[in-house]
Amino acid sequence: MSETRFTRDHEWVRLEGGIATVGITDHAQNALGDVVFVDLPEVGREVSAGEAVAVVESVKAASDVYAPIAGRIVEVNAGLAENPGTINAAPTTDGWFFRIEPADAAEIAGLMDEAAYAAFVDSQA
Amino acid sequence: MADTSDSLLETPLAALHRALGGRMVPFAGYAMPVQYPAGIMAEHLHCRAAAALFDVSHMGQAEIVGEGAAAALERVTPADVQGLKPGRQRYGLLTTESGGILDDFMVANLGDRLFLVVNASRKHVDLPAIEAALPAGVTLRPLPDRALIALQGPQAVAAIATLAPGIAALSFMGVGAFEIAGVPALVSRSGYTGEDGVEVSVPAEKAEAFARALLALPGVQPAGLGARDSLRLEAGLCLYGNDIDETTSPVEAALTWTIGKRRRTEWNFPGAERVREELASGTKRLRVGIRPEGRQPARGHTPVHAPGGAAIGEITSGGFGPSLNGPMAMGYVAREHAADGTPLELMVRGKAIPARVAPMPFVPHRYAR
Repeated sequence: MSETRFTRDHEWVRLEGGIATVGITDHAQNALGDVVFVDLPEVGREVSAGEAVAVVESVKAASDVYAPIAGRIVEVNAGLAENPGTINAAPTTDGWFFRIEPADAAEIAGLMDEAAYAAFVDSQA
Repeated sequence: MADTSDSLLETPLAALHRALGGRMVPFAGYAMPVQYPAGIMAEHLHCRAAAALFDVSHMGQAEIVGEGAAAALERVTPADVQGLKPGRQRYGLLTTESGGILDDFMVANLGDRLFLVVNASRKHVDLPAIEAALPAGVTLRPLPDRALIALQGPQAVAAIATLAPGIAALSFMGVGAFEIAGVPALVSRSGYTGEDGVEVSVPAEKAEAFARALLALPGVQPAGLGARDSLRLEAGLCLYGNDIDETTSPVEAALTWTIGKRRRTEWNFPGAERVREELASGTKRLRVGIRPEGRQPARGHTPVHAPGGAAIGEITSGGFGPSLNGPMAMGYVAREHAADGTPLELMVRGKAIPARVAPMPFVPHRYAR
């Protein structure tokens, strides 16, 4: 399995076979609370890094999810419509949001690694 | 993000909230727990299934004493205060001269005085307004040294009655003084969740010990502001500042029932002219319940449109109902679109979500009658 990278907006990105899978971190799902709905992007949409592409709704509030890198959305996690709680239960595995074909896969290397993200989260506390 | 926690007030239960793992957020100038580790969903469902303890000590408590206190309070509210019997509590509105809502509040007749509870965000407005209306000999006494704790849910009264059996004999909106776990307490059978339960005023210095005694009872778990909000919305209850404010009238807000029958012959409350005209001719807009189709919540300030047509209103509170297991909202729509079942469209992030006007409460009230 490839290395997971992280954004300051609390998304994770994992590149496998030239496709980047994106979700929100355990820290993010814990801060959001019980997820009740997700609004996912359309497959085929071209997105730029930092663009709001999905929305995650908890009981309390709605939050944007951003594209960590530029590219094209090639797949979304259709299972989340029926079971949005998967985002709370398994944020970094079954709770993934969407997959991007990167415009430039090297962009991922510029994101935080796990240790840097952990330090970033600590600095926000 | 700027750290503003230094300037926030705390309730007498602040240390307990932190000990219980409460996630503290700013609310109406106070640091309050939005949730505990169980989470909003679990806290909400626990309240509907058993009993939940809420700290509502941020709310304003006060009493009015003196000959003619009830008549004096009627100078600032269309509620029937003079007709309120000893040992009874009533929900009412404070109104503005232009017929808006200054606040909503609870008033209890304690025999020798009136006891008031007003919103935290409005107490600095309400209390001076009430005081200014009082004649000589009638006095408003703010009670900043009292905490207020709500115990809500189908098991709430049975649980607290193990400490003070007389509480079980209170009927809905009944009020009485009890000693509970050694603490002198003023108890009303009321709440903000749609469930049976009590709201208990205790001296601030005894609040933590009192709350701990309640939390030790079987079935009682703490719940935060998040669950309080989803519970009250399922129950169709207004939140001041969201659903009612100085621009909304009691008639628009569908709170006409809070206006006493006698008051509707006297017309001697602030804003009576507007209320009288609206009762006679109807209002342009009305507060209604709204059920979005599907699972997607529509939050406050979401524009409401006629299907495929023009904007006809706005959502004032919206979210996801854990007991309803679906999204719910309330808001104001043009009167001709206010009938139950009327189709609407909610404009969420540029997309139209189909919805319908729906009766409230969304989850039936289960008050003790």
